[in-house]
Amino acid sequence: MKLNRRSFLSTAIAASVLPAPIVHASNHGRPIVVVVGGGAGGATVARYIANDSNGEISVILVEPTRKYYTCFFSNLYLGGFKEIDDIGHTYGNLAGNYGVNVVHDWAVGVDRTAKQVSLAGGSALTYDKLILSPGIDFLEDSVEGWSLSAQNRMPHAYKAGSQTQLLRAQLNSMPEGGVFALVAPPNPFRCPPGPYERISMVAHHLKENNPTAKIIVADPKEKFSKQSLFEQGWNRHYPGMVDRYGPDFGGDKVSVDPEAMTLTIDGETTKVDVCNVIPAQKAGHIAELAGVTDGNWAPVNAVDMSTKVDPDVYVLGDASKQGDMPKSAFSANSQAKVCANAVRGALTDSRVFPAKFSNTCWSLIETNDGVKVGATYEATDEKIAKVDGFISSTDETPDIRKATYEESEGWYAGISADMFG
Amino acid sequence: MKRSLSFLSCLVLSVVGLSAQIAAASGLGDSERGRELFVECSGCHAIGMGAEERVEIGPHLNLLFGRTAASLDNYRYSDSLTRAGANGLEWQADTLDAYIKNPYSIASGTRMSFKGVSDGQQRDDLIAYLRLFSDDPADFPEAAPTANPSFVALTPEILAVVGDAEYGEYLSAECKTCHQTSGESNGIPSIIWWPEGKFVSAMHAYKEKLRPNQVMQLVASRLSNDEIAALAAYFEIIEE
Repeated sequence: MKLNRRSFLSTAIAASVLPAPIVHASNHGRPIVVVVGGGAGGATVARYIANDSNGEISVILVEPTRKYYTCFFSNLYLGGFKEIDDIGHTYGNLAGNYGVNVVHDWAVGVDRTAKQVSLAGGSALTYDKLILSPGIDFLEDSVEGWSLSAQNRMPHAYKAGSQTQLLRAQLNSMPEGGVFALVAPPNPFRCPPGPYERISMVAHHLKENNPTAKIIVADPKEKFSKQSLFEQGWNRHYPGMVDRYGPDFGGDKVSVDPEAMTLTIDGETTKVDVCNVIPAQKAGHIAELAGVTDGNWAPVNAVDMSTKVDPDVYVLGDASKQGDMPKSAFSANSQAKVCANAVRGALTDSRVFPAKFSNTCWSLIETNDGVKVGATYEATDEKIAKVDGFISSTDETPDIRKATYEESEGWYAGISADMFG
Repeated sequence: MKRSLSFLSCLVLSVVGLSAQIAAASGLGDSERGRELFVECSGCHAIGMGAEERVEIGPHLNLLFGRTAASLDNYRYSDSLTRAGANGLEWQADTLDAYIKNPYSIASGTRMSFKGVSDGQQRDDLIAYLRLFSDDPADFPEAAPTANPSFVALTPEILAVVGDAEYGEYLSAECKTCHQTSGESNGIPSIIWWPEGKFVSAMHAYKEKLRPNQVMQLVASRLSNDEIAALAAYFEIIEE
């Protein structure tokens, strides 16, 4: 552990002048790792450090929600393939089986000099290493007319849970022949195939329950993930139902009116029944509060996910700016393992192995029609760099597509166990 | 082509000591249809969870592939099938295919009083279903049938690599995103407690794209011989 003069002084002052902060961990001299955010990055890194260090490291996980709903597979909930409880997980195993100190609170500040995280409840946590895995927040004003205060009328459903339930309720109560609108975000954003899998799942629901309904998509991007696979699938399964307006057709000039329930694309206003606005995104706000962001995201070193500005602060997953990996749960989970190995090596004398990363994203287009894209990555001096990859092809047999979907079910069970124990 | 594949597999058999052979018969059956067809067999044969413990008219069919005929301790076989086993009959896709087609063609005095299944597709489906309850290659969703070669020619150098289980544990984190350490399998097979040799040959088969799953091909493509050995060493002894 490095102690420079300034941090020593500020710690000393804090100890002598200010009232002592309430520190949650009774660490008995063990090094302390504080993890902020209990998703694919944070839950995984907490579990791996706690498990692999065999009690040598005290791990505190700060996560406001007691039940975590995964964004991955939340589209399948919208399509009726899953129920909400299927994608909900609790932290009991991390606490009970792995000894992770799970603190249900909001992290509201980071003092990197004092090496403390302050919580909304008023207490503070001291750390030797801080790992931020806060996911995303939304950029204000990225879609004209939309703000968080309108998210009950026009849900984003891009952080899973009540928002996802709201969107499904709105979808279910659409009038016959109604219009479902989706405003897609600009790059970079969480889960690149996510909006397009969502369109597929909404189309699946409508085909079965409201077959004359339409889907309008406003998209500021020319291209999107798995585009040929999705477009082929929409034509095959939902002919005539999906209208996508790319930037050529004004998809980048969009505004909404949540009160009037209208969507305006390039000056042309349409009354819609459901409007799913997925705004432009940035790192979860705590990363900005910690002072580790540059622009919207937190730049990190590929070798261990430590931030460029502070070797004792790490950022995982969607919030990080790491290079070539997509912002996905699989990526965050992969980065968490590299980070866990490095952090453990820095705090104890455990072996540190070379960084290796991988990602696979499965998407469901229609019942038993699953597709996937994947890649491997390595750490270079500049970034996490792609090594090799694959993508499903448009001429696969139904058997392969079904096997791919079944594989995605297996992955969901696997990564859930890997995160939550 | 067939000759060279047989040659490769023989090479592996001799070195790794795996008893497998290239079967001549079937294409990839549909295990779902096999499951339905198996209802007729289930009157006498147990399969799946707890099958080993159950006393039935016929022997249980877990881990059937690679099993020597008439080799279960807790089952009393006909003299005829016992003799066939002693003479080296082993259950593989081709021998099962022949046996299910006409049991008496394989063991004239078998106690399996069953007229046989004449439809080749139905036999393929049954075999695909049986395979789900066997060892590697078990329930890989995209895997080719057991009838296809699943082993690659491994050089003595590869086989001589001693795996670093601690490195394997680190590398295994990538596997564990999908493969559950509890042994649960659900669209993705369990890979815990595999014998090292089988693990190594399976990973090399993916690396050489003999096994078809894209994710596994990609994962295996960047693993060195040392890393495959490390993973094999770890997964053989992994604690649940």
